[in-house]
Amino acid sequence: MEQDPIFDEMGGTGGEVRPPYEVFKTWFDGEDPSRLRAKQREAEELFRLTGITFNVYGRAEAEERLIPFDIVPRIISGREWQKLSRGIEQRVRAINAFLHDIYNRQEIIIAGRIPERMISQNAAFLPHMIGVTPPGGIYTHIVGIDLVRTGPDQFYVLEDNARTPSGVSYMLENRETMLQMFPELFATNRVQPVENYPAALRRSLAACAPEKASGRPTVAVLTPGIYNAAYFEHAFLADQMGVELVEGHDLRVVDGRVAMRTTSGYKPIDVIYRRIDDDFLDPLNFNPESQLGVPGIMDVYRSGGITIANAPGTGIADDKAIYSYMPEIVEFYTGERPILENVPTWRCSEKESLDYVLDNLEDLVVKEVHGSGGYGMLIGPTATRKEIAEFRRKLTARPSNYIAQPTLSLSTVPIFTRQGLAPRHVDLRPFVLVSPEGINITPGGLTRVALKKGSLVVNSSQGGGTKDTWVLED
Amino acid sequence: MLGKTANGLFWMYRSLERAENTTRLIETGQRIALTRLAAADDEWRSIMLTAGVLSGYEAANDDIAKDQVIDWMLRSKDNHSSVMTSIASARQNARMVRTALTTEVWEATNSTYMTCKDLLARKVNERDLPQTLGAIRQRTSLVRGTTHGTMLRNDIYDFARIGTFLERADNTARILDVKYYVLLPSVMSVGSSIDNVQWETILRSVSARGGFRMAYGNSYDPRDIVQFLILDRRMPRSLAFCISKICDNLGYLTDDHGIRLPSFQMADQIRRQFLSHDIEAIFEYGLHEYIQKILSLIADLASQIEIDYRFYE
Repeated sequence: MEQDPIFDEMGGTGGEVRPPYEVFKTWFDGEDPSRLRAKQREAEELFRLTGITFNVYGRAEAEERLIPFDIVPRIISGREWQKLSRGIEQRVRAINAFLHDIYNRQEIIIAGRIPERMISQNAAFLPHMIGVTPPGGIYTHIVGIDLVRTGPDQFYVLEDNARTPSGVSYMLENRETMLQMFPELFATNRVQPVENYPAALRRSLAACAPEKASGRPTVAVLTPGIYNAAYFEHAFLADQMGVELVEGHDLRVVDGRVAMRTTSGYKPIDVIYRRIDDDFLDPLNFNPESQLGVPGIMDVYRSGGITIANAPGTGIADDKAIYSYMPEIVEFYTGERPILENVPTWRCSEKESLDYVLDNLEDLVVKEVHGSGGYGMLIGPTATRKEIAEFRRKLTARPSNYIAQPTLSLSTVPIFTRQGLAPRHVDLRPFVLVSPEGINITPGGLTRVALKKGSLVVNSSQGGGTKDTWVLED
Repeated sequence: MLGKTANGLFWMYRSLERAENTTRLIETGQRIALTRLAAADDEWRSIMLTAGVLSGYEAANDDIAKDQVIDWMLRSKDNHSSVMTSIASARQNARMVRTALTTEVWEATNSTYMTCKDLLARKVNERDLPQTLGAIRQRTSLVRGTTHGTMLRNDIYDFARIGTFLERADNTARILDVKYYVLLPSVMSVGSSIDNVQWETILRSVSARGGFRMAYGNSYDPRDIVQFLILDRRMPRSLAFCISKICDNLGYLTDDHGIRLPSFQMADQIRRQFLSHDIEAIFEYGLHEYIQKILSLIADLASQIEIDYRFYE
């Protein structure tokens, strides 16, 4: 792909301020930079006090870290958002239909749109789910769709997070922080609210309760515990929804229901929003070593005694090899052309693609099929000769473990630095709730920003930061 | 409420209370060392005995040295009851029960931890000690204040209070256990300066000098001190006060759960059997035996609460 000039969401490619940013930029130019610097420090202090941290595995010191927050918002116009949200909704519908299909009739394989081995030999395919229909027919109750932008009208889906997408607490706390620090900005910009996410999440989860639930469904959040990287978010969501935050050892199967140990005995749960992986969910059915799950929960699930959100086995929909088939998947289940584009992807399992990838490693991004968090990937253009040579060996040894994509020239949004505004690459993760009542997309989402100049890696585990994301009312 | 949450609340507040009590003991020791009215080494020894950290100290150190003792009680990671480990454990428990706390309580607890981590990052200079101890207590008071001011009066609050008062009763009883001999009538050599210092020390270590003066004037009588610390119903650190609070909160839980559990009966019995008599009866029973008995009853009560409210399995 030829190197276009980088698109800056505030300054475009020519330096003129784009419309969604006009009001903000005027305000910014009138502010004293030293006041803003003080505000930036104040924001960090707020985050520290609230305890919005993530835990870093394998580090004794500084076991909890803050994700850096930048005070310049990322602003999206209402019109831009409308197109995005239509595309997201279409994609999420397709993902749910796909999951239902591959665990039941497998029509997409019969129709020859996806090779059979892509499913049956996929480590994320969960045979336990064959023939099981989750309550309400919903597989992915909570989805995060990672988007990147390369031009005024060009967005791509980079990844679908269909297991347990995280980061929504940052979306909410970033907004809370901006409201506290710069109330005047919200008087002059008509920013669509995100605050009702926790209430919407609770309603959406409750709407998915199994038929056996009577009265107001009991919802709980299942966390691996306080040492988990995202523990803050688990506690935050449980708190905001007003539901219990449970760990595996608080739960057991009692009379065919999953129940939590309260001070006055065991009480059944109807919907469990689990933040642990499939593999750890049930030591009787999956990993027998797991201390995090609930022995027998899968049996209760299959008998319709509990809703697990997201459903076990949804991981196959965010597998990076399946990702490359998403355009076909969307068309197959919705009968429409995909509104959002996929990044062109080479599947290294195919001989021709592998040859092309091996010939062009220095221009491509190569990712592990099951990787996440920005680990185990090669970014060709910034890699050293040695790194490329090493990766070539790994790739040749297990081609089917990798996919490759062109390096996109990701858009930038300015961050506030000592020298003033400076462009940095960003991505966007909108959060989507799915229930029989419908699909709910919170306007905006989490903007992650690579704080290092020129860097394309936005992951918090690798030095990325976050921004408040505004969708304006047009 | 989850059994785990009850457990977390109980220990969060116990640890906060313990941290605060330890700062007070250190302050008392430091004061005695400065006034040189008693053998300082003996005092540090009995202070560590009171805090239940003496054997650990002796295993890690050859002799009693003021700086080392203070560091052991204040900062040591190897001492499970040091101020820093207690605060860290309070915050860890608060994280675990985050959904049961108001934002105000959580933030006060978190900021207490952050402040302590800052203040106790390095060995504390003797010159900075009073200020540091004061700052820590000011922080823990903030947690208590936000707890009073923002938490609902429900089972969450009950477990927080029960943890606080069990730790406090235990602390007061331990102080008496270690110092009972200076309060016995038989060794009372009226008004010698040594005795006065010892008596004052006891009151100081429970922040009760002012309270005592208000109730009894400014001449110290050991019998009055025993009365004040064990039976006085106005004194918020007396055994009678603490146990009666525990009875109240266990009573509310009993109402909530609609069932009378053994822990309530145990607490009620401690109150009726051991805290409803007059001071003569206690001396007759034997002050030391009495305190030992109370300490073991408090420990039993704590284990029974764990069982009754399913803290673990």
